[in-house]
Amino acid sequence: MNTTMPRSLVAFAAVVYVFLVGPLIIVIGAALSDTSYLTFPPQGLTFRWFENIFEISAFRRTIVTSMQLAFLATGLGLLVGIPAAYALNRHRIQLPSWLSTVFVLPILVPEIVLGFSLLKSVAVGASLPIFLSLLIGHTLIVLPYCVRVISASLSSFDFSIEEAAISLGSRPAKTFFTIVLPNVRSGVIAAFILAFITSINDVSTSLFLTGPGISTLPIQILAHVEQFFDPTIASVSVLLMVLTVAVMAIVERTLGLTFLTK
Amino acid sequence: MTQPLSVENVTAHYGTTKVLEDLSLSVAAGELVSLLGASGCGKTTTLRLIAGFLEPTSGQITLGGRDLTRLPAYRRDIGLVFQNYALFPHLSVLDNVAFGLKQRGVGSSERDGKAQAMLERVGLSGLSDRLPGALSGGQKQRVALARALVIEPPLLMFDEPLSNLDAKLRIDMRVEIRQLQRANGTTSVYVTHDQEEAFSISDRVAIMNAGRIMQFDTPENLYQRPANAFVARFVGFENLVAMRVVARDGDQVTAEAAGGTRLELSQARFGAIPDRFVLATRPDGLAVSADPNAQGIPAKLGLRTYLGRAYQYQCETEAGHLIANGTLSTPLEPGNPARLVPVPDQCCVLDAE
Repeated sequence: MNTTMPRSLVAFAAVVYVFLVGPLIIVIGAALSDTSYLTFPPQGLTFRWFENIFEISAFRRTIVTSMQLAFLATGLGLLVGIPAAYALNRHRIQLPSWLSTVFVLPILVPEIVLGFSLLKSVAVGASLPIFLSLLIGHTLIVLPYCVRVISASLSSFDFSIEEAAISLGSRPAKTFFTIVLPNVRSGVIAAFILAFITSINDVSTSLFLTGPGISTLPIQILAHVEQFFDPTIASVSVLLMVLTVAVMAIVERTLGLTFLTK
Repeated sequence: MTQPLSVENVTAHYGTTKVLEDLSLSVAAGELVSLLGASGCGKTTTLRLIAGFLEPTSGQITLGGRDLTRLPAYRRDIGLVFQNYALFPHLSVLDNVAFGLKQRGVGSSERDGKAQAMLERVGLSGLSDRLPGALSGGQKQRVALARALVIEPPLLMFDEPLSNLDAKLRIDMRVEIRQLQRANGTTSVYVTHDQEEAFSISDRVAIMNAGRIMQFDTPENLYQRPANAFVARFVGFENLVAMRVVARDGDQVTAEAAGGTRLELSQARFGAIPDRFVLATRPDGLAVSADPNAQGIPAKLGLRTYLGRAYQYQCETEAGHLIANGTLSTPLEPGNPARLVPVPDQCCVLDAE
């Protein structure tokens, strides 16, 4: 090494890394342990805890529910968030600044409170179906990420580019898809990833909105832990991570490719 | 394709703020007209109104007899060149130029052929596969120009197209723009805050201030015969002296300025002189004379600066602070008295406001 770094700084960085990567290693290790209780380092090696996930019907159902919720909530979040971010940036000068702050409110309110108020208003008050209530809740908590991240992308977008396209004969709506969107692609991908992770990992809001027959994976994990202490929990966690990473990879690939071929 | 543009009695607001007031402007077919003024004068607003990005509160805009006033921007067929180029960052240079043709439903081979030919005309034939990010400022502006020209618009508009380029390139580019515009005979509106740029490139220039056109004329007339004090100051008549006629004797007029300074002026040389007027001169239009009997404004010389072609003096007079140029052969010392003699063909007689 040519550049000399203070030893203390190296040590500090190492500690940070250990804390970041540590939980991951422990969970993966525990999931593979051939014991009937959670332990680390693993004793023996088995995949039976992974098989066990699929034998428990509650896990099977909640994995599907969580994936559906995450995709739908992210989709809705982007559907609302992209136009909102566009409008907030396009008309930044004319609009009052508090308008964009409103989109941050759902993450400002403690999620527990948000969950409770949604329970009172949407689930009980309007007696909407459980899945729909969950979808509304998840859309609300992913929306701030969508708006913020895409706004950040749009804030460096020069809107005279859009005007150039319009002056050349492109209709405004078409211009949005052919000119504006491709240039904020990275923001949209980032927003998708953040929103998806937020939704699929959410406990606090979902806790209030799940009900008989319908639950999400994190809630099911919580319920399972309350009764059992076997490595199934660890293996479910690993599965959740793998699913999330897989979705990310697919999103990155497909969004990237479709925009490149345009 | 070349068509006249007419803007008639257009008033425009941003919210409740009036930004243009009863503005009229006519540009003949094939003519290049500049809108010149400081920022906030309404020149860009005028351009955006013509382009269709803003709607006027009242008034009418027509291009070749076609009423544009309520037509959406994408149907106006106007080529636009922006200050910051506004190229599509995700499209190649060729696709940037072909974009307008694509919107017009031109087939891909014809489209690429035309775009390529236009890129050759602006001297960029080798760069068609590059992305805009890989181009220099001058190259970007050429792509923007090609992109606007390839759709053969009846009207071409430029919004400060050269202000992001360095001085040398700016001069080269404005000559190129003018040559291309002449060769195509495209009616053009050019917005700039740079007087030299506007005067050098335009057939006529509209000098704007506070949402109005102060004078609309050829560069020669604007430079030599400003119509009012604002334009006079704008084109460098730094000395404005309010005067009133106290005596007339045939062609000869005696006028008095504040503080009692009197001047004898000949109408044969200064033109018709109304009873109240403003005598406007550039520093070159006031000759500094050490002769105490010279027919000029008595002054006390202040700071002297060297201009290369002349000495310039800051002068204190009873009519106020004036700036005058004196010859290199006879440098005068600060603090000395002198006379500032108006040079008839370099002075302007303006109506008092």
